[in-house]
Amino acid sequence: MAVTKGVILAGGPSKGTRMRPLSLDCPKPLLPIAGKPMIWHPLSALAKVEGLTEIIIIGFYEDSVMAGFIKEAKREFPNIGISYLREYKALGTAGGLYHFRDSILRPPVPQNIFICNIDICCSFPFTEMIALHSKHRGVGTIMGVNVKREAAVKYGCIVTDPETQQMVHYVEKPESWISNMVNGGVYLFDKSLFDEIKVAMDEKTARAAEDPLVKPDEILRLEQDVIVPLAAAKKMYVYECKDFWRQMKTAASSVTATSLYLSQFSKTNPDLLSKPSSTILAPVYIDPSATIHPTAKIGPNVAIGPGVIVEEGVRVKDAIILEGTTLEKHAAVLNSIVGANCVVGPWARVDGFPEPEDDAKGQISVTILATEVTLAPETLVRSCIVLPNKTLSKNSANQVLL
Amino acid sequence: MQLSWPKPLVEFCNKAMILHQIEALVKAGVKDIVLAVNYRPEVMVSVLKKTEEEFGITIHFSVETEPLGTAGPLALAREILGKDDSPFFVLNSDVTCVYPFEAFRDFHLAHKCEGSIMVTKVAEPSAYGVVVTKPGSTVIDRFVEKPVEFVGNRINAGIYMFNPSVLDRIELRPTSIEKEVFPAIAADQQLHSFDLQGFWMDVGQPKDFLSGTCLYLSHLTSQHSPLLTDPAKNKWVYGGNVMVDPSADIDPTAVIGPNVVIGPDAKIGPGVRLQRCVIMSNAVVRDHAWIANSIVGWNSNVGRWTRVENITVLGDDVTIKDELYVNGASVLPHKSISTSITEPRIVM
Repeated sequence: MAVTKGVILAGGPSKGTRMRPLSLDCPKPLLPIAGKPMIWHPLSALAKVEGLTEIIIIGFYEDSVMAGFIKEAKREFPNIGISYLREYKALGTAGGLYHFRDSILRPPVPQNIFICNIDICCSFPFTEMIALHSKHRGVGTIMGVNVKREAAVKYGCIVTDPETQQMVHYVEKPESWISNMVNGGVYLFDKSLFDEIKVAMDEKTARAAEDPLVKPDEILRLEQDVIVPLAAAKKMYVYECKDFWRQMKTAASSVTATSLYLSQFSKTNPDLLSKPSSTILAPVYIDPSATIHPTAKIGPNVAIGPGVIVEEGVRVKDAIILEGTTLEKHAAVLNSIVGANCVVGPWARVDGFPEPEDDAKGQISVTILATEVTLAPETLVRSCIVLPNKTLSKNSANQVLL
Repeated sequence: MQLSWPKPLVEFCNKAMILHQIEALVKAGVKDIVLAVNYRPEVMVSVLKKTEEEFGITIHFSVETEPLGTAGPLALAREILGKDDSPFFVLNSDVTCVYPFEAFRDFHLAHKCEGSIMVTKVAEPSAYGVVVTKPGSTVIDRFVEKPVEFVGNRINAGIYMFNPSVLDRIELRPTSIEKEVFPAIAADQQLHSFDLQGFWMDVGQPKDFLSGTCLYLSHLTSQHSPLLTDPAKNKWVYGGNVMVDPSADIDPTAVIGPNVVIGPDAKIGPGVRLQRCVIMSNAVVRDHAWIANSIVGWNSNVGRWTRVENITVLGDDVTIKDELYVNGASVLPHKSISTSITEPRIVM
């Protein structure tokens, strides 16, 4: 069995800005998605891969931010080495990987290295990727997903040879349509990846010497600087993921991702879900420390965090309720995220509409209440983003409440 | 709402609007009532048959074959109105108030002129016809339609009393009583104005219907009327001004009021919150729904955890599915709503 390692690219505080206002209080990798930190999902999927010895998380967050999660993850997956490596300087995704190459390649030396972007919600088909990867002689296998034609240009677009699954062309966020298959943010590389990064680095240095427009820095991006030449050299292959896939860029997308992961849990981790009943409509995740009144109706697609109190006659559907929040009598929360330590008064209604697949600019779909927001009794908040520590006593719709 | 039920029969505070008027007229000694209508709905005939028997009065239907304006119908009913010398009242069916007909009649008889107009004070008279009297007198000097400058704040309340001689001034053709008849009587100094004390409301529009309901409920509260639900005996009453038909079924965990009317056989579920709204007969409001500033029509069904507000009017037999938000919708009868209505509109 080939030694395998996993790398999760967690980004940094300057990254998850579109996750605001949620990421104001909670770093993006730790935002609860389906009741678990965002980063837990790729991590737990990696932990199931046969022969995987180690998972390395790379990011810009301070060590203290990640320490709690790392400790818990080590407890949950005791047979796997889990560590966090902090980048101090922006090196780009490939630059960061190269910077930490010694840590990644230390014995047992991995034959295969999985690399996952943090903001991907999918079923992580690692086993299937290994199966394809072991059949070809390329450097890497990328997970490709098919998206709607209109949405494709927002991602890295992939053209493959349908016979061989070989990648023939790659363009990051093209100006015009190239293909419906896009980079799913999950890769499997041979350890020779680092040689390829080295080549890309040398080329960049050489170009910088000739071309005054190219900055002579160490920033090297995995997509544009490494995968593009690998595609041209026919050294990349594509595994087509036919299961669910979603990128989590905005706070609203965490509601969609939660519902996708909860549906997946009903197959993979049914013990994590609450038992369905006349008032619990599956799939629903309820933290064991939350208190739910028996007359409240919860679900489907709801994740309720630790210490949450849900009073009588409350309705929650397609929503995320974060730690320490209280939903008072008869309140309704639909298509929304209620941040930590909020109070939603009796008969208040927090409402939105499902996140559209191609996000329309300037329109708020899902309502997001940040931390410690208080809603007066009977108030309506619809398709709003409410910043921390606000007390709302008037109805609001379609606005950002500062 | 008028699509399924003749407007005069729409219940205002659980009693058909026309019955409020008929009862007040009977109290003032009226024996003959003429209903000027442009059609003669059978349902109205049968309702009023009972009223005739109950009060020992005669109700005549005077059916227009062409629209006759506001004065023409009086000429059409000339035979009944002019059968003797006694004066008669004229009422617009959309108007609700405390109907002080006895005092109005006494006033009319005392001044011995041809006509009297009930006037009410409004804060913003610019949208109405203002009645201007001669200084220090109740004799009407002139009418100013939608005044640009302030000339007074007394407006025509749509309730009049006339001697039968007025009928000689009206021809049987489409005529406006306000524009054609009144100026002529006023010119002869035969028209007086009578100040209405207490509330007055033209309840033809849903918004005004709700405001009128609130005024009427407040009036009943000030009278300590037994028609109102006693908050001391019903813990679910919140803030008073609540009128619930005894046949309605109210869950004790609901919170109702202020300013709510609930009709016969209506059913209000657990955890429902109602304020400033009218729930017509046989309607069902299901668990945890929240309704404000709205009218729920007969036999309608409002789903669980819905929020209905902002002058929403549900016609007869409308269904709102669970968990929806309905903002300012006018929903025609027999419709079923299954997606939220976030901005005010008519649902056909």
